[in-house]
Amino acid sequence: MAKERSIPAPLTNPETEPFWAAAREGRFLLRACTACGKAHWYPRAVCPFCMSEKTEWREASGRGTIYSVSVMKRAPEVYAVAYVTLEEGPTMMTNIVDCDFDALAIGQAVALTWRPTQGDGPPYPQFRPA
Amino acid sequence: MTIKRKAYIAGAFEHPTRLAKDRSVAQLHAECALGALRDAGLTKEDVDGYFCAGDAPGLGPLAMADYMNLTLRHLDSTDVGGCSYIAHVAHAAEAIAMGKCRVALITLAGRPRSEGHSGAVPRVRGADAPDTQWEFPTGIATVNAYAMCAARHMHQYGTTAEQLAWIKVAASHHAQWNEHAMLRDLVTVEQVVGSPLIATPLHRLDCCVVSDGGGALVVVAPEVARSLKRPLVKVLGAGESMKGQMGGAVDLTYSAAVRSGPAAFAEAGVTPKDIKYASVYDSFTITVLIQLEDLGFCEKGQGGKFVADGNLISGVGKLPWNTDGGGLCNNHPANRGGITKVIEAVRQLRGEAHPKVQVPNCDLALAHGTGGLLGSRHGAATLIMERE
Repeated sequence: MAKERSIPAPLTNPETEPFWAAAREGRFLLRACTACGKAHWYPRAVCPFCMSEKTEWREASGRGTIYSVSVMKRAPEVYAVAYVTLEEGPTMMTNIVDCDFDALAIGQAVALTWRPTQGDGPPYPQFRPA
Repeated sequence: MTIKRKAYIAGAFEHPTRLAKDRSVAQLHAECALGALRDAGLTKEDVDGYFCAGDAPGLGPLAMADYMNLTLRHLDSTDVGGCSYIAHVAHAAEAIAMGKCRVALITLAGRPRSEGHSGAVPRVRGADAPDTQWEFPTGIATVNAYAMCAARHMHQYGTTAEQLAWIKVAASHHAQWNEHAMLRDLVTVEQVVGSPLIATPLHRLDCCVVSDGGGALVVVAPEVARSLKRPLVKVLGAGESMKGQMGGAVDLTYSAAVRSGPAAFAEAGVTPKDIKYASVYDSFTITVLIQLEDLGFCEKGQGGKFVADGNLISGVGKLPWNTDGGGLCNNHPANRGGITKVIEAVRQLRGEAHPKVQVPNCDLALAHGTGGLLGSRHGAATLIMERE
Protein backbone atom coordinates (compact mmCIF):
# COMPACT_ATOMS: atom_id res chain seq x y z
CA MET A 1 0.00 0.00 0.00
CA ALA A 2 1.35 3.41 -0.95
CA LYS A 3 2.01 6.07 1.67
CA GLU A 4 -1.21 7.73 2.84
CA ARG A 5 -1.88 11.43 2.70
CA SER A 6 -1.55 13.34 5.98
CA ILE A 7 -5.01 14.64 6.89
CA PRO A 8 -5.48 18.24 8.12
CA ALA A 9 -7.25 18.44 11.47
CA PRO A 10 -10.85 19.66 11.18
CA LEU A 11 -11.40 23.13 12.64
CA THR A 12 -14.19 22.33 15.08
CA ASN A 13 -16.63 24.78 16.65
CA PRO A 14 -19.19 24.66 19.50
CA GLU A 15 -21.95 23.55 17.13
CA THR A 16 -19.99 20.49 15.97
CA GLU A 17 -17.83 19.65 19.00
CA PRO A 18 -20.07 16.69 20.08
CA PHE A 19 -19.45 14.99 16.71
CA TRP A 20 -15.69 15.22 17.08
CA ALA A 21 -15.78 14.22 20.77
CA ALA A 22 -17.75 11.09 19.76
CA ALA A 23 -15.27 10.52 16.92
CA ARG A 24 -12.48 10.32 19.51
CA GLU A 25 -14.50 7.47 21.08
CA GLY A 26 -14.95 5.79 17.70
CA ARG A 27 -18.65 6.65 17.45
CA PHE A 28 -20.02 8.07 14.17
CA LEU A 29 -22.87 10.52 14.73
CA LEU A 30 -25.40 11.96 12.33
CA ARG A 31 -27.53 14.99 13.04
CA ALA A 32 -31.25 14.38 12.56
CA CYS A 33 -34.39 16.46 12.97
CA THR A 34 -37.13 15.35 15.34
CA ALA A 35 -39.63 17.68 13.64
CA CYS A 36 -39.38 16.32 10.07
CA GLY A 37 -37.63 13.06 10.96
CA LYS A 38 -34.81 13.41 8.43
CA ALA A 39 -31.08 13.00 8.95
CA HIS A 40 -28.83 15.45 7.11
CA TRP A 41 -25.17 16.07 6.26
CA TYR A 42 -23.04 17.99 7.17
CA PRO A 43 -24.35 18.22 10.75
CA ARG A 44 -26.21 21.41 11.67
CA ALA A 45 -28.11 22.67 14.71
CA VAL A 46 -30.86 23.98 12.41
CA CYS A 47 -32.45 21.42 10.08
CA PRO A 48 -31.67 22.20 6.41
CA PHE A 49 -34.96 20.60 5.33
CA CYS A 50 -37.56 22.21 7.63
CA MET A 51 -35.45 24.81 9.54
CA SER A 52 -36.53 23.36 12.87
CA GLU A 53 -34.12 23.79 15.79
CA LYS A 54 -35.26 20.40 17.15
CA THR A 55 -32.25 18.44 15.96
CA GLU A 56 -30.34 15.72 17.79
CA TRP A 57 -27.27 13.49 17.42
CA ARG A 58 -27.91 9.88 16.45
CA GLU A 59 -25.41 7.09 16.16
CA ALA A 60 -25.13 5.96 12.56
CA SER A 61 -24.30 2.62 10.96
CA GLY A 62 -21.24 3.78 9.04
CA ARG A 63 -22.43 1.78 6.04
CA GLY A 64 -22.98 3.31 2.63
CA THR A 65 -22.38 3.19 -1.11
CA ILE A 66 -20.19 5.33 -3.35
CA TYR A 67 -22.27 8.02 -5.12
CA SER A 68 -19.27 9.42 -7.00
CA VAL A 69 -15.50 9.17 -6.71
CA SER A 70 -12.38 10.74 -8.18
CA VAL A 71 -8.81 9.55 -7.75
CA MET A 72 -6.37 12.45 -7.50
CA LYS A 73 -3.36 11.38 -9.51
CA ARG A 74 -1.51 14.68 -9.42
CA ALA A 75 -0.58 14.68 -5.74
CA PRO A 76 2.42 13.53 -3.68
CA GLU A 77 0.25 10.64 -2.41
CA VAL A 78 -2.55 9.42 -4.66
CA TYR A 79 -5.92 9.67 -2.88
CA ALA A 80 -9.62 9.31 -3.60
CA VAL A 81 -12.30 11.87 -2.78
CA ALA A 82 -15.85 10.59 -2.88
CA TYR A 83 -19.43 11.21 -2.03
CA VAL A 84 -20.81 8.31 -0.03
CA THR A 85 -24.55 7.84 0.41
CA LEU A 86 -25.11 6.61 3.94
CA GLU A 87 -27.61 3.89 4.80
CA GLU A 88 -29.46 6.55 6.81
CA GLY A 89 -30.01 8.69 3.70
CA PRO A 90 -27.60 11.66 3.47
CA THR A 91 -24.68 11.77 1.07
CA MET A 92 -21.37 13.03 2.50
CA MET A 93 -18.06 14.13 1.05
CA THR A 94 -15.26 11.86 2.28
CA ASN A 95 -12.32 9.71 1.17
CA ILE A 96 -12.06 6.08 0.17
CA VAL A 97 -8.97 4.40 1.65
CA ASP A 98 -7.51 0.88 2.07
CA CYS A 99 -8.41 0.12 -1.53
CA ASP A 100 -7.20 -0.44 -5.06
CA PHE A 101 -7.82 3.07 -6.42
CA ASP A 102 -8.21 1.81 -9.98
CA ALA A 103 -10.96 -0.61 -8.91
CA LEU A 104 -13.23 1.93 -7.17
CA ALA A 105 -16.69 2.18 -8.68
CA ILE A 106 -19.88 4.11 -8.21
CA GLY A 107 -22.42 1.95 -6.36
CA GLN A 108 -19.71 0.05 -4.46
CA ALA A 109 -20.53 -0.78 -0.81
CA VAL A 110 -18.24 0.89 1.73
CA ALA A 111 -17.84 1.00 5.51
CA LEU A 112 -16.58 3.67 7.90
CA THR A 113 -12.99 3.81 9.08
CA TRP A 114 -11.44 6.52 11.25
CA ARG A 115 -8.14 8.12 10.32
CA PRO A 116 -5.90 10.21 12.59
CA THR A 117 -5.44 13.87 11.69
CA GLN A 118 -2.52 16.26 12.03
CA GLY A 119 -1.48 17.61 15.43
CA ASP A 120 -3.61 15.23 17.51
CA GLY A 121 -6.81 16.57 15.92
CA PRO A 122 -9.93 14.42 16.17
CA PRO A 123 -10.07 11.37 13.87
CA TYR A 124 -11.68 11.99 10.49
CA PRO A 125 -14.40 9.70 9.05
CA GLN A 126 -13.36 7.91 5.86
CA PHE A 127 -14.57 4.76 4.12
CA ARG A 128 -13.07 1.55 2.77
CA PRO A 129 -14.59 -1.13 0.55
CA ALA A 130 -17.03 -3.20 2.64
CA MET B 1 -39.99 45.54 -13.29
CA THR B 2 -37.44 44.22 -15.76
CA ILE B 3 -33.93 45.08 -16.89
CA LYS B 4 -34.85 44.26 -20.49
CA ARG B 5 -33.48 47.02 -22.74
CA LYS B 6 -32.71 49.19 -19.67
CA ALA B 7 -28.92 49.05 -20.01
CA TYR B 8 -26.17 48.63 -22.61
CA ILE B 9 -22.67 47.20 -22.53
CA ALA B 10 -20.69 50.08 -23.96
CA GLY B 11 -17.14 49.07 -23.05
CA ALA B 12 -15.31 45.74 -22.92
CA PHE B 13 -11.62 45.04 -22.46
CA GLU B 14 -9.57 41.90 -21.93
CA HIS B 15 -6.06 42.48 -20.63
CA PRO B 16 -3.58 41.07 -23.16
CA THR B 17 -1.19 39.74 -20.52
CA ARG B 18 -1.24 36.11 -19.45
CA LEU B 19 1.80 36.40 -17.16
CA ALA B 20 2.07 39.54 -15.05
CA LYS B 21 5.13 39.06 -12.85
CA ASP B 22 5.88 42.77 -13.21
CA ARG B 23 2.44 44.08 -12.17
CA SER B 24 0.33 44.25 -9.00
CA VAL B 25 -3.26 43.03 -8.82
CA ALA B 26 -4.52 46.56 -8.19
CA GLN B 27 -2.57 47.79 -11.21
CA LEU B 28 -4.14 45.09 -13.38
CA HIS B 29 -7.63 46.11 -12.21
CA ALA B 30 -6.91 49.74 -13.06
CA GLU B 31 -5.40 48.88 -16.45
CA CYS B 32 -8.49 46.84 -17.26
CA ALA B 33 -10.75 49.70 -16.15
CA LEU B 34 -8.85 52.12 -18.36
CA GLY B 35 -9.08 49.74 -21.31
CA ALA B 36 -12.84 49.31 -21.01
CA LEU B 37 -13.48 53.03 -20.52
CA ARG B 38 -11.35 53.87 -23.57
CA ASP B 39 -13.22 51.23 -25.55
CA ALA B 40 -16.51 52.89 -24.60
CA GLY B 41 -15.22 56.43 -25.20
CA LEU B 42 -15.70 57.39 -21.56
CA THR B 43 -13.43 58.53 -18.73
CA LYS B 44 -13.28 57.73 -15.05
CA GLU B 45 -15.12 60.99 -14.34
CA ASP B 46 -18.16 59.45 -16.03
CA VAL B 47 -18.19 56.41 -13.72
CA ASP B 48 -20.74 56.57 -10.91
CA GLY B 49 -21.15 52.84 -10.19
CA TYR B 50 -18.42 50.28 -9.42
CA PHE B 51 -18.65 46.49 -9.24
CA CYS B 52 -15.99 43.96 -8.28
CA ALA B 53 -15.72 40.62 -6.48
CA GLY B 54 -13.34 38.66 -4.29
CA ASP B 55 -10.36 39.00 -6.63
CA ALA B 56 -10.23 42.75 -5.90
CA PRO B 57 -7.61 43.48 -3.24
CA GLY B 58 -8.79 45.03 0.01
CA LEU B 59 -12.20 45.36 1.66
CA GLY B 60 -14.99 44.81 -0.86
CA PRO B 61 -14.96 47.53 -3.51
CA LEU B 62 -13.37 50.19 -1.28
CA ALA B 63 -9.66 49.74 -1.94
CA MET B 64 -9.96 49.55 -5.73
CA ALA B 65 -12.47 52.42 -5.91
CA ASP B 66 -10.01 54.50 -3.88
CA TYR B 67 -7.00 53.36 -5.95
CA MET B 68 -8.77 54.60 -9.09
CA ASN B 69 -10.09 57.64 -7.18
CA LEU B 70 -13.66 57.09 -8.33
CA THR B 71 -16.57 59.23 -7.17
CA LEU B 72 -19.47 56.81 -6.77
CA ARG B 73 -23.11 56.66 -5.85
CA HIS B 74 -23.46 52.90 -6.28
CA LEU B 75 -21.14 50.04 -5.14
CA ASP B 76 -21.63 46.28 -5.31
CA SER B 77 -19.13 43.55 -4.42
CA THR B 78 -21.35 40.49 -4.87
CA ASP B 79 -19.03 37.49 -4.90
CA VAL B 80 -20.31 34.20 -6.27
CA GLY B 81 -16.92 33.10 -7.57
CA GLY B 82 -15.99 33.10 -11.23
CA CYS B 83 -19.46 34.01 -12.53
CA SER B 84 -19.69 37.14 -10.34
CA TYR B 85 -19.03 39.48 -13.27
CA ILE B 86 -21.91 38.06 -15.30
CA ALA B 87 -24.15 38.74 -12.29
CA HIS B 88 -22.56 42.21 -12.01
CA VAL B 89 -23.79 43.12 -15.50
CA ALA B 90 -27.31 42.26 -14.38
CA HIS B 91 -26.90 44.11 -11.10
CA ALA B 92 -25.54 47.13 -12.96
CA ALA B 93 -28.54 47.01 -15.29
CA GLU B 94 -30.84 46.86 -12.24
CA ALA B 95 -29.10 49.85 -10.67
CA ILE B 96 -29.27 51.80 -13.94
CA ALA B 97 -32.96 50.91 -14.37
CA MET B 98 -33.60 52.20 -10.84
CA GLY B 99 -31.69 55.42 -11.51
CA LYS B 100 -28.97 54.56 -8.99
CA CYS B 101 -26.14 55.06 -11.49
CA ARG B 102 -25.62 55.77 -15.20
CA VAL B 103 -22.13 54.45 -15.94
CA ALA B 104 -21.16 51.23 -14.14
CA LEU B 105 -17.62 49.87 -14.21
CA ILE B 106 -16.94 46.18 -13.54
CA THR B 107 -13.37 44.93 -13.06
CA LEU B 108 -11.65 41.59 -12.53
CA ALA B 109 -7.92 40.89 -12.26
CA GLY B 110 -5.47 38.51 -10.70
CA ARG B 111 -2.10 36.83 -11.05
CA PRO B 112 -2.54 33.18 -10.01
CA ARG B 113 0.01 32.06 -12.60
CA SER B 114 2.73 34.30 -11.17
CA GLU B 115 1.75 33.19 -7.68
CA GLY B 116 1.98 29.50 -8.60
CA HIS B 117 -1.65 28.51 -8.02
CA SER B 118 -2.85 25.06 -9.08
CA GLY B 119 -6.37 23.66 -9.25
CA ALA B 120 -4.94 20.35 -8.04
CA VAL B 121 -3.91 21.72 -4.64
CA PRO B 122 -6.53 21.82 -1.86
CA ARG B 123 -7.04 25.25 -0.34
CA VAL B 124 -9.23 26.54 2.46
CA ARG B 125 -12.11 28.55 1.01
CA GLY B 126 -12.92 30.39 4.22
CA ALA B 127 -11.73 28.83 7.49
CA ASP B 128 -15.00 29.90 9.13
CA ALA B 129 -17.26 28.43 6.40
CA PRO B 130 -19.52 25.80 8.01
CA ASP B 131 -18.53 23.18 5.42
CA THR B 132 -14.76 23.60 5.74
CA GLN B 133 -14.21 21.29 8.73
CA TRP B 134 -16.09 18.49 6.94
CA GLU B 135 -14.62 18.89 3.48
CA PHE B 136 -11.13 20.40 3.56
CA PRO B 137 -9.65 17.31 5.29
CA THR B 138 -10.71 15.17 2.27
CA GLY B 139 -8.22 16.94 0.02
CA ILE B 140 -11.00 18.45 -2.07
CA ALA B 141 -9.34 20.82 -4.54
CA THR B 142 -10.84 22.28 -7.69
CA VAL B 143 -10.14 19.59 -10.24
CA ASN B 144 -11.31 16.61 -8.17
CA ALA B 145 -14.53 18.39 -7.22
CA TYR B 146 -15.42 18.81 -10.91
CA ALA B 147 -14.10 15.33 -11.63
CA MET B 148 -16.70 13.81 -9.31
CA CYS B 149 -19.40 15.54 -11.40
CA ALA B 150 -17.87 14.04 -14.54
CA ALA B 151 -17.68 10.57 -13.00
CA ARG B 152 -21.33 10.69 -11.96
CA HIS B 153 -22.50 12.09 -15.31
CA MET B 154 -20.62 9.31 -17.11
CA HIS B 155 -22.15 6.71 -14.79
CA GLN B 156 -25.68 8.00 -15.07
CA TYR B 157 -25.83 9.02 -18.75
CA GLY B 158 -23.06 7.12 -20.46
CA THR B 159 -21.10 10.27 -21.26
CA THR B 160 -17.61 9.40 -22.52
CA ALA B 161 -14.15 10.90 -22.15
CA GLU B 162 -14.07 11.31 -25.93
CA GLN B 163 -17.27 13.36 -25.89
CA LEU B 164 -15.82 15.63 -23.18
CA ALA B 165 -12.64 15.92 -25.23
CA TRP B 166 -14.60 17.45 -28.13
CA ILE B 167 -15.17 20.52 -25.94
CA LYS B 168 -11.42 21.08 -25.64
CA VAL B 169 -10.99 20.38 -29.35
CA ALA B 170 -13.53 23.11 -30.16
CA ALA B 171 -11.77 25.57 -27.84
CA SER B 172 -8.45 24.87 -29.54
CA HIS B 173 -9.98 25.42 -32.99
CA HIS B 174 -10.95 28.92 -31.84
CA ALA B 175 -7.79 29.69 -29.87
CA GLN B 176 -5.56 29.14 -32.90
CA TRP B 177 -6.78 32.52 -34.21
CA ASN B 178 -6.36 34.41 -30.91
CA GLU B 179 -2.88 35.94 -30.73
CA HIS B 180 -3.22 36.39 -26.96
CA ALA B 181 -4.36 32.82 -26.19
CA MET B 182 -2.10 30.81 -23.89
CA LEU B 183 -2.61 27.59 -25.86
CA ARG B 184 -2.91 28.11 -29.62
CA ASP B 185 -2.13 24.62 -30.88
CA LEU B 186 -4.95 22.55 -32.35
CA VAL B 187 -5.58 19.40 -30.35
CA THR B 188 -7.41 16.20 -31.24
CA VAL B 189 -9.76 14.00 -29.22
CA GLU B 190 -6.97 11.43 -29.05
CA GLN B 191 -4.56 13.99 -27.61
CA VAL B 192 -7.04 15.01 -24.92
CA VAL B 193 -7.85 11.48 -23.75
CA GLY B 194 -4.17 10.58 -24.09
CA SER B 195 -3.02 13.43 -21.83
CA PRO B 196 -2.20 12.50 -18.21
CA LEU B 197 -5.06 11.87 -15.82
CA ILE B 198 -5.11 14.61 -13.18
CA ALA B 199 -8.18 13.55 -11.17
CA THR B 200 -10.10 10.66 -12.67
CA PRO B 201 -11.83 10.86 -15.09
CA LEU B 202 -10.45 14.31 -16.03
CA HIS B 203 -7.24 14.61 -18.03
CA ARG B 204 -4.82 17.47 -18.13
CA LEU B 205 -6.41 18.76 -21.34
CA ASP B 206 -9.89 18.69 -19.74
CA CYS B 207 -8.65 21.50 -17.44
CA CYS B 208 -8.52 25.23 -18.07
CA VAL B 209 -5.33 27.26 -18.07
CA VAL B 210 -4.02 29.19 -15.06
CA SER B 211 -3.37 32.72 -16.26
CA ASP B 212 -2.70 36.21 -14.99
CA GLY B 213 -4.60 39.19 -16.32
CA GLY B 214 -8.12 40.45 -16.10
CA GLY B 215 -10.92 42.27 -17.83
CA ALA B 216 -13.41 45.05 -17.43
CA LEU B 217 -16.87 46.02 -18.65
CA VAL B 218 -18.73 49.31 -18.77
CA VAL B 219 -22.53 49.12 -18.50
CA VAL B 220 -24.43 52.31 -19.23
CA ALA B 221 -27.89 53.83 -19.38
CA PRO B 222 -29.56 53.87 -22.84
CA GLU B 223 -29.08 57.62 -23.34
CA VAL B 224 -25.37 57.28 -22.57
CA ALA B 225 -25.02 54.36 -24.99
CA ARG B 226 -26.67 56.34 -27.78
CA SER B 227 -24.26 59.25 -27.21
CA LEU B 228 -21.25 56.99 -27.83
CA LYS B 229 -19.75 55.70 -31.07
CA ARG B 230 -19.73 51.99 -30.26
CA PRO B 231 -22.21 49.40 -31.61
CA LEU B 232 -25.23 49.09 -29.32
CA VAL B 233 -25.21 45.91 -27.23
CA LYS B 234 -28.13 45.82 -24.85
CA VAL B 235 -29.04 43.64 -21.91
CA LEU B 236 -32.15 41.57 -22.64
CA GLY B 237 -32.40 39.31 -19.65
CA ALA B 238 -30.53 37.78 -16.76
CA GLY B 239 -30.86 35.15 -14.09
CA GLU B 240 -28.84 33.97 -11.14
CA SER B 241 -28.97 31.20 -8.61
CA MET B 242 -26.86 28.83 -6.54
CA LYS B 243 -26.86 25.15 -5.73
CA GLY B 244 -25.26 23.21 -2.92
CA GLN B 245 -25.47 19.80 -1.35
CA MET B 246 -29.11 20.23 -0.35
CA GLY B 247 -28.65 18.94 3.17
CA GLY B 248 -27.10 15.74 1.89
CA ALA B 249 -29.44 15.13 -1.08
CA VAL B 250 -26.40 15.53 -3.33
CA ASP B 251 -26.95 15.45 -7.10
CA LEU B 252 -23.83 16.21 -9.14
CA THR B 253 -25.46 15.82 -12.55
CA TYR B 254 -26.97 19.29 -12.78
CA SER B 255 -26.05 22.86 -11.92
CA ALA B 256 -27.82 26.01 -10.77
CA ALA B 257 -28.14 26.91 -14.47
CA VAL B 258 -31.45 25.02 -14.29
CA ARG B 259 -32.72 28.12 -12.48
CA SER B 260 -30.58 30.98 -13.80
CA GLY B 261 -31.05 29.94 -17.44
CA PRO B 262 -34.86 29.79 -17.59
CA ALA B 263 -35.07 33.09 -15.66
CA ALA B 264 -32.82 34.80 -18.19
CA PHE B 265 -34.63 33.34 -21.20
CA ALA B 266 -38.01 34.32 -19.74
CA GLU B 267 -36.93 37.91 -19.13
CA ALA B 268 -35.37 38.18 -22.59
CA GLY B 269 -38.38 36.56 -24.26
CA VAL B 270 -36.19 34.21 -26.32
CA THR B 271 -35.35 30.49 -26.29
CA PRO B 272 -32.07 28.55 -26.57
CA LYS B 273 -32.84 27.91 -30.25
CA ASP B 274 -32.67 31.67 -30.92
CA ILE B 275 -29.13 32.08 -29.53
CA LYS B 276 -26.53 32.69 -32.26
CA TYR B 277 -23.47 32.56 -30.01
CA ALA B 278 -22.90 31.23 -26.48
CA SER B 279 -20.09 31.91 -24.02
CA VAL B 280 -20.32 29.13 -21.45
CA TYR B 281 -17.83 28.88 -18.61
CA ASP B 282 -15.22 26.21 -19.25
CA SER B 283 -13.21 25.71 -16.07
CA PHE B 284 -13.25 22.07 -17.15
CA THR B 285 -14.82 20.29 -20.10
CA ILE B 286 -17.49 18.77 -17.83
CA THR B 287 -18.51 22.26 -16.67
CA VAL B 288 -19.52 23.14 -20.23
CA LEU B 289 -21.41 19.92 -20.86
CA ILE B 290 -23.53 20.10 -17.70
CA GLN B 291 -24.30 23.80 -18.16
CA LEU B 292 -25.30 23.39 -21.83
CA GLU B 293 -27.82 20.74 -20.76
CA ASP B 294 -29.13 22.86 -17.89
CA LEU B 295 -29.48 25.94 -20.10
CA GLY B 296 -31.68 23.93 -22.44
CA PHE B 297 -29.40 23.66 -25.49
CA CYS B 298 -30.02 19.91 -25.32
CA GLU B 299 -31.84 17.48 -23.08
CA LYS B 300 -30.37 16.39 -19.74
CA GLY B 301 -28.00 13.52 -20.34
CA GLN B 302 -27.59 14.29 -24.05
CA GLY B 303 -24.73 16.77 -23.61
CA GLY B 304 -22.13 14.26 -24.73
CA LYS B 305 -23.81 13.78 -28.08
CA PHE B 306 -24.47 17.53 -28.37
CA VAL B 307 -20.85 18.62 -28.00
CA ALA B 308 -19.34 15.85 -30.15
CA ASP B 309 -18.18 16.10 -33.75
CA GLY B 310 -17.39 19.81 -33.65
CA ASN B 311 -20.87 21.03 -32.81
CA LEU B 312 -19.37 23.90 -30.74
CA ILE B 313 -16.91 25.04 -33.45
CA SER B 314 -17.79 28.34 -35.13
CA GLY B 315 -18.56 27.79 -38.80
CA VAL B 316 -18.82 24.03 -38.31
CA GLY B 317 -21.37 23.24 -35.60
CA LYS B 318 -24.81 24.42 -34.59
CA LEU B 319 -23.73 26.34 -31.48
CA PRO B 320 -20.66 28.56 -31.88
CA TRP B 321 -19.16 28.68 -28.38
CA ASN B 322 -16.24 30.41 -26.61
CA THR B 323 -14.75 31.70 -29.84
CA ASP B 324 -11.83 33.33 -28.02
CA GLY B 325 -10.61 29.89 -26.98
CA GLY B 326 -12.25 30.18 -23.57
CA GLY B 327 -10.67 29.23 -20.30
CA LEU B 328 -9.54 25.93 -21.76
CA CYS B 329 -7.14 27.60 -24.21
CA ASN B 330 -7.20 31.38 -24.02
CA ASN B 331 -7.42 32.89 -20.56
CA HIS B 332 -8.75 32.27 -17.05
CA PRO B 333 -7.60 35.38 -15.19
CA ALA B 334 -7.70 35.21 -11.38
CA ASN B 335 -9.10 31.66 -11.72
CA ARG B 336 -12.37 33.41 -12.54
CA GLY B 337 -13.67 33.08 -16.08
CA GLY B 338 -16.87 35.09 -15.94
CA ILE B 339 -15.80 38.41 -17.36
CA THR B 340 -14.04 36.95 -20.41
CA LYS B 341 -17.32 35.16 -21.24
CA VAL B 342 -19.15 38.50 -21.47
CA ILE B 343 -16.26 40.16 -23.33
CA GLU B 344 -16.23 37.58 -26.15
CA ALA B 345 -20.04 37.74 -26.41
CA VAL B 346 -19.76 41.53 -26.81
CA ARG B 347 -17.10 41.07 -29.51
CA GLN B 348 -19.42 38.68 -31.36
CA LEU B 349 -22.41 41.03 -31.11
CA ARG B 350 -20.30 43.96 -32.34
CA GLY B 351 -18.90 41.90 -35.21
CA GLU B 352 -15.42 42.39 -33.72
CA ALA B 353 -14.50 38.76 -33.08
CA HIS B 354 -11.65 37.31 -35.14
CA PRO B 355 -12.92 36.95 -38.74
CA LYS B 356 -12.16 33.20 -38.64
CA VAL B 357 -14.58 32.72 -35.73
CA GLN B 358 -17.04 35.61 -36.17
CA VAL B 359 -20.63 34.35 -36.34
CA PRO B 360 -22.41 35.96 -39.31
CA ASN B 361 -25.14 38.39 -38.29
CA CYS B 362 -24.65 37.64 -34.63
CA ASP B 363 -27.49 39.59 -33.02
CA LEU B 364 -28.32 37.46 -29.99
CA ALA B 365 -25.79 36.01 -27.55
CA LEU B 366 -25.69 34.33 -24.18
CA ALA B 367 -23.01 34.37 -21.49
CA HIS B 368 -23.24 31.93 -18.63
CA GLY B 369 -20.97 30.98 -15.79
CA THR B 370 -20.49 28.98 -12.64
CA GLY B 371 -18.57 30.11 -9.56
CA GLY B 372 -17.18 28.13 -6.66
CA LEU B 373 -17.19 24.36 -7.10
CA LEU B 374 -19.71 22.47 -9.19
CA GLY B 375 -18.92 19.48 -6.99
CA SER B 376 -19.89 21.07 -3.67
CA ARG B 377 -21.58 24.47 -3.85
CA HIS B 378 -21.62 26.97 -6.67
CA GLY B 379 -23.18 30.15 -7.95
CA ALA B 380 -24.58 30.54 -11.46
CA ALA B 381 -25.31 33.56 -13.62
CA THR B 382 -26.85 33.80 -17.08
CA LEU B 383 -26.94 36.90 -19.27
CA ILE B 384 -28.64 37.37 -22.63
CA MET B 385 -27.57 40.27 -24.83
CA GLU B 386 -28.80 41.64 -28.15
CA ARG B 387 -27.25 43.86 -30.80
CA GLU B 388 -29.53 46.76 -31.65
